[in-house]
Amino acid sequence: MAPPRCCVLEITGLRAGYGAIEILRGVDLAVGAGEIVALLGSNGAGKSTLNNNVCGLFKPFGGTVRFDGKDIAGAASTRIVEEGLIQVPEGRRVFPNLSVRDNLELGSYRRGRKDRARNLDRVVDIFPRLKERWAQSAGTLSGGEQQMLAIGRGLMGEPRLLILDEPSLGLSPLLVEEMFALIGRLNTDGLALLLVEQNVVQSLAIAHRAYVLENGRIALSGKASELAENPELRKSYLGH
Amino acid sequence: MFDPGFILAGVLNGLLAGGIYVLVAVGLTLIYGVLHIINFAHGSLLMLAMYAVFFLWKLAGLDPYMSLPIVIVGAFVVGFLLYRGLIGRFSHGRDENILLITLGVSIVADNGALLFFGGNTETVDVPYAGQIIELGVAFLPLAKVISFVASLVICLALGLFMAKTDTGKAIRAVAKERQGARLVGIDVEKIFAISYGIGIACLGAAACLLMPTFYVTPQSGYAFVLVAFTTVVLGGMGSFVGAAVGGFLIGVTESLGGLFLGEQLGQIGISLIFILILLFRPTGLFGAKA
Repeated sequence: MAPPRCCVLEITGLRAGYGAIEILRGVDLAVGAGEIVALLGSNGAGKSTLNNNVCGLFKPFGGTVRFDGKDIAGAASTRIVEEGLIQVPEGRRVFPNLSVRDNLELGSYRRGRKDRARNLDRVVDIFPRLKERWAQSAGTLSGGEQQMLAIGRGLMGEPRLLILDEPSLGLSPLLVEEMFALIGRLNTDGLALLLVEQNVVQSLAIAHRAYVLENGRIALSGKASELAENPELRKSYLGH
Repeated sequence: MFDPGFILAGVLNGLLAGGIYVLVAVGLTLIYGVLHIINFAHGSLLMLAMYAVFFLWKLAGLDPYMSLPIVIVGAFVVGFLLYRGLIGRFSHGRDENILLITLGVSIVADNGALLFFGGNTETVDVPYAGQIIELGVAFLPLAKVISFVASLVICLALGLFMAKTDTGKAIRAVAKERQGARLVGIDVEKIFAISYGIGIACLGAAACLLMPTFYVTPQSGYAFVLVAFTTVVLGGMGSFVGAAVGGFLIGVTESLGGLFLGEQLGQIGISLIFILILLFRPTGLFGAKA
C-alpha cells in the first residue's frame, strides 16, 4: 500500500551510519497525518540509527527527510523539536537528578512553553501515577514509571509526530498491555505516531501500516493487518 | 593558647575566609558537573578577574564592591565566549581536549599577565580596610564579614537560579543526561557555554570580594584554586551543597591550623584533609556513589 499523500514525515533514500560504517542503505518511509506506523526489526537492523538521524542527533550521509514538507535532514535537534517532531528514546533518558515535575516542564523547554500549565494537567490526566511521584527525582522511579515520564515529557512539547523507541522494552507483560492501549488512545486524539518496536504482534495489532527493517533496508512494508498474515514475517519474527 | 574564646575566634575567621573558597569552588564544581572536566584555567581566570577589579579601582576609581555587577557580568561574558570561541570549537567533543585547552588558556593568561601587568604585588586601598567589628569574643575584619555575607547571598541566588529557572534546570539536565536533553530541544553546546560562563562569573564575584583584603600578582590564582580543588573533592565532585559545606570546612581547618601550627603551616590541614578524603571517602561528603 502506498503511503498516504499528505505525509507528516517522509523519508526517502536515507543513508546513515557511524564513521565509515554505513548502517542504513537507502531507507524510504512515510508517516501520514493521524497514522500509527510501526517500524519493526531485530536488534542491529538500524532502527535506532534511523531514529537518531531523523531527530538530529546525527547527520545522515544522504537522502531526504521531510517533516510537514520542510527538509530537516541534518538539521539540529533544537530545530527539529521546534517543528514538533519529538522522540521518546529507547532507555527513557529521563533526567535522573530532576523531579518528575521538572522533567515534564523541561519537555516544553523548546516548544509548548506557552501552554505549559495546561499540558501538565493533560499529562497528569493520562498518567495519574506521575502526580503521586511529583517531587520525587526521576532516578528513583520504577522502569514503568520512567517510561510514563518519558512519554509525558514528550507530550509536553506538543508533538505533531511522536516517535516512540521501544516503549515496551523492560516492562512487565501487564504494563506492556497498558502501554499499547495508551499508544492507541494517543492516536485517537489525532496524534501521528511512529512506533519503533521489537514486539511484533502487539505493534501490528495497533498500527495502521508497518515497515520491516533488515540490514539497513526496508525488507517489507504494507498494511499492518496484511503484514500480520505475511508468512515470511511470521517465520522470521514469530517462529511459525 | 587553648582558650575556648581563642578557638571560637579562629572558627569564625575560618568561616569568613571560607565564603571566598565556596565561591571559587562552586564555579569549579559547576563546570565539572556539566562538562565533566577540571577547569585548569580556573586559577588564572580568577587572577585576571582580580586584575580587572584592581584596574577598575585604579583607573576608574571604582570601589571593589561597586564593581561587583560589572565584573560578574564581564566574567560571564568572557567565560561564555571562551567556551564558544575556543574550548567548544577546538575540543571536537573530546573531554581530554577540553582539559588541554583550559591548561593552555591558563598558561597564556599567566604569562600574558606577567608581560602586561608585571610581577609586582598590586593592592587596592579602601578606607574600610582596617575596620574591625567586635563580636564579643572575636574581632572580625569588616571587609571579611562583607565578603562572607555577599558570598552566601550569591550562592543562594545561584542555587535558586538552578532550581527554579528553565535554564537552571536545563543545566542540571545536561549534567546527567545529555542525549535526553537534546531530545527535548535543549541546545547542549549553548548550555555548556552558559555553565562555563557562570563558573567564571563566580570567580568574578570572588575577585571583587577578595581585593579589599588581598593582593594580586600573576600567581595569585594558584593558592585559591588548590584550595578550591580540595574543597570540590571534599564536598563531592559536581555537588553544589558539597562545595558550600566543603568551602567552610576548609576555611575553618586552615584558620585553626594557622592558630595551632603557625601561619606558615596552616595549609597543612588542607592537604591532610585532601589525603584523608581520597583514602577513606573518594566520592566526597555529598558525592554520588558511581
